[in-house]
Amino acid sequence: MFDFKRITPGAAIGLFFTALFLFAALFAPWIAPYGKAQIVGGVWEPMSSQYWLGTDNLGRDLLSRMIYGARTTIFIAAMATALSFSLGAILGFTAAVVGGWPDTVMSRFVDLLMSIPTLIFGLVVLSVLPTTIITLILVMGLLDATRVYRLSRAVAVDINVMDYVEAAKLRGEGMGWIIFREILPNALSPLVSELGLRFIYAVLFLSALSFLGLGVQPPEADWGGMVKENKDGIVFGIPAALIPAAAIAALAISVNLVADWVLNRTTSLKGGRG
Amino acid sequence: MAKAAKPKAGGPLLDIRNLRIEATVYPPGEDPRTVTIVDDVSLTLERGKVLGLIGESGAGKSTIGLSSMAYGRGGVRITGGEVLLNGRDILKAGKGGIRKIRGREVCYVAQSAAAAFNPAHRLMDQVVEAALEHGTASRAEAEKRAKKLFRKLSLPDPDNIGNRYPHQVSGGQLQRVMTAMALCSEPDLIVFDEPTTALDVTTQIDVLAAIKDAIRDTGVAALYITHDLAVVAQVSDEIMVLRHGKLVEWGATRQIIKEPRQEYTNKLVSVHEIEHLEKTAPEGKAPLLSVKNVTASYGNSSVKVLKDVSVDIYPGQTLAVVGESGSGKSTLARAVTGLLPPSQGSVVFDGRTLSNAMKDRTRNDLRELQMIYQMADVAMNPRQTVATIIGRPLEFYFDLRGAERDRRVAELLDQIEMGKGFADRYPAELSGGQKQRVCIARALAAKPKLIICDEVTSALDPLVAHGILRLLLELQAQEDVAYLFITHDLATVKSIADAIAVMYRGEVVRYGSKSTVLTPPFDAYTELLLSSVPEMELGWLEKAIGSRRMESAGN
Repeated sequence: MFDFKRITPGAAIGLFFTALFLFAALFAPWIAPYGKAQIVGGVWEPMSSQYWLGTDNLGRDLLSRMIYGARTTIFIAAMATALSFSLGAILGFTAAVVGGWPDTVMSRFVDLLMSIPTLIFGLVVLSVLPTTIITLILVMGLLDATRVYRLSRAVAVDINVMDYVEAAKLRGEGMGWIIFREILPNALSPLVSELGLRFIYAVLFLSALSFLGLGVQPPEADWGGMVKENKDGIVFGIPAALIPAAAIAALAISVNLVADWVLNRTTSLKGGRG
Repeated sequence: MAKAAKPKAGGPLLDIRNLRIEATVYPPGEDPRTVTIVDDVSLTLERGKVLGLIGESGAGKSTIGLSSMAYGRGGVRITGGEVLLNGRDILKAGKGGIRKIRGREVCYVAQSAAAAFNPAHRLMDQVVEAALEHGTASRAEAEKRAKKLFRKLSLPDPDNIGNRYPHQVSGGQLQRVMTAMALCSEPDLIVFDEPTTALDVTTQIDVLAAIKDAIRDTGVAALYITHDLAVVAQVSDEIMVLRHGKLVEWGATRQIIKEPRQEYTNKLVSVHEIEHLEKTAPEGKAPLLSVKNVTASYGNSSVKVLKDVSVDIYPGQTLAVVGESGSGKSTLARAVTGLLPPSQGSVVFDGRTLSNAMKDRTRNDLRELQMIYQMADVAMNPRQTVATIIGRPLEFYFDLRGAERDRRVAELLDQIEMGKGFADRYPAELSGGQKQRVCIARALAAKPKLIICDEVTSALDPLVAHGILRLLLELQAQEDVAYLFITHDLATVKSIADAIAVMYRGEVVRYGSKSTVLTPPFDAYTELLLSSVPEMELGWLEKAIGSRRMESAGN
């Protein structure tokens, strides 16, 4: 499906950094030089051969916290994206295929949810509920699912009127076959690119929540929270807050580059061999 | 505005020499390679003459036509040869030079007028645009000329039709407006790219006659591109037959259709003939399908698309339903399948009355009644292989799995005259005819008693369509399956039907066995339909127009 010989430079860069972040996230306990909550030196020590990125506001090794932070951030964002996609896509496809009042009810409910600004909605819910990783994933996944629902429904409505779907209905196929075998494979291209985007939104949303103190709670490390912890250092010219911020930006850009590439590779109507 | 003189030289108007056109394709999993679309084609066209370019799809006829405007569509490159228009090579004219030529010396009439007009502007603004852009006429002059052309093309209300928007006129009228648009700037050459292919036969004849008159009266030269030899024979002085981007034969119209010298041309000329003996309705035997007084409409609208339609189909026979677009023939298919539940009447199939709505029917009812679509491209899921497409009905209805299913798929592929090597291809990797064959195999896999064929050959080239019809007849003989064959093409009907129902505005106006329906005396509509089918004969157009008793729906 993917031809790595004809890869574009942009995609290569994107793939490299995405792979790097994923590697850090997966193998954090083995590659991090120190523990994530281990105080190893003075406050805000500069970069040195001992502490590659310096230390943070409590004297913990910044590189180790960055690596553990990648783990937390990417895990929560990935789970939230997975949740929003399974939920949003299945409901969106169902709405498009079934039509009628189930479609109207679901679509108007989604409109209602979308009319409330996501961040404010998230803040309200999270300030009431206990802040655990599960609630974070659920809240982010549900809020994002509304966007995925919109897109999936729009794509599926177009596919639903194609003759091959009609042929399947005439054959007597059930809803499951029509959604998963006829519509889903043909809706995949726009959904894959949306997947990249939504993942990034999840990272940004999580970082924003953590920065505001409602996301991942200390001593757990995550990039948004690390910006918050180290932000006071900026006044004294200490770059510790900029490093997690740069990591968030780098992850966002590289995942988008990969998503673009995947989209370009799969949009041509060459069946599964595109 | 100053009227710049067009260069006038002696010699032919258009002289294409050794034209070579290439494009780069990107096959999946392979390195990009260059394919030759047009290979070493030369032609000349005198002023005021009409040259017909004919060939099946992929023959390069449109590409050659567009090259006379120095245009290559969608990444196509003109890599060799010369295109001399009025004595100078327009391929070397550069961007500015070509702009001066297009719309002024050479104009274009596209196949789909509906897609070629800008829906946001009035027709008149679009018709006079080229003349104004090139400064060859003032607005008032150009509008006067346009109205004269509207009159010549026998458009209704020629003085005011220009104030309408494209969606406010019918398809046939729009095609004539586009011809007026091309003629308005008084070019030397017009390229007609399948101008009547998308129209009903009864409308096609009007447009054809209008184009022919306009060409004769204005003395413009034309390249007329089509895949229908009978159509091109009516309008052109000379015909050029193309295949795979190469010249096959080039000669006067009479010579090409009467004494073709090449085997391929001969095949094109004789393509429509299939001998089909009519099967008569068996005495005392119940019909397989009887549609009883069916009335249907879309949504809750009061406009009835089908009005009290009753037809019967006997086992192993073919009922052809003919009519123009909008006559309700496809709606009849939807009513029979239950996709559009009829509001009145009933459908009796194999002795039992079917539920009106599809979702209330049993799986066996669905299995015995299969459907084949007009556009094979969109009737198959582009992400499924041929084996999945054909194999699914086997799994679904007969619970065949694994090797057993694969064996049956191979059998079916054999039956449709494609090898089992096609099993793991995707639809995008098949030709138009092959796609339709796969759709036939999918319908056949369900072992149906009745197959509804909705315009199954309309989107195909004549030679390919011919093959599909033969296949359908053969399969009918083998499997004893009945067809409900929906078409607007009477030539097809003659070669496949046992009984015919002629539909007009939702009603069956003539119904009976093939021989009775096609024997005079005719009602006015059937006669119009019959006389509108182009025949490969010189002077047919004038004869047909002269003997009409009824205006076609396009007017």
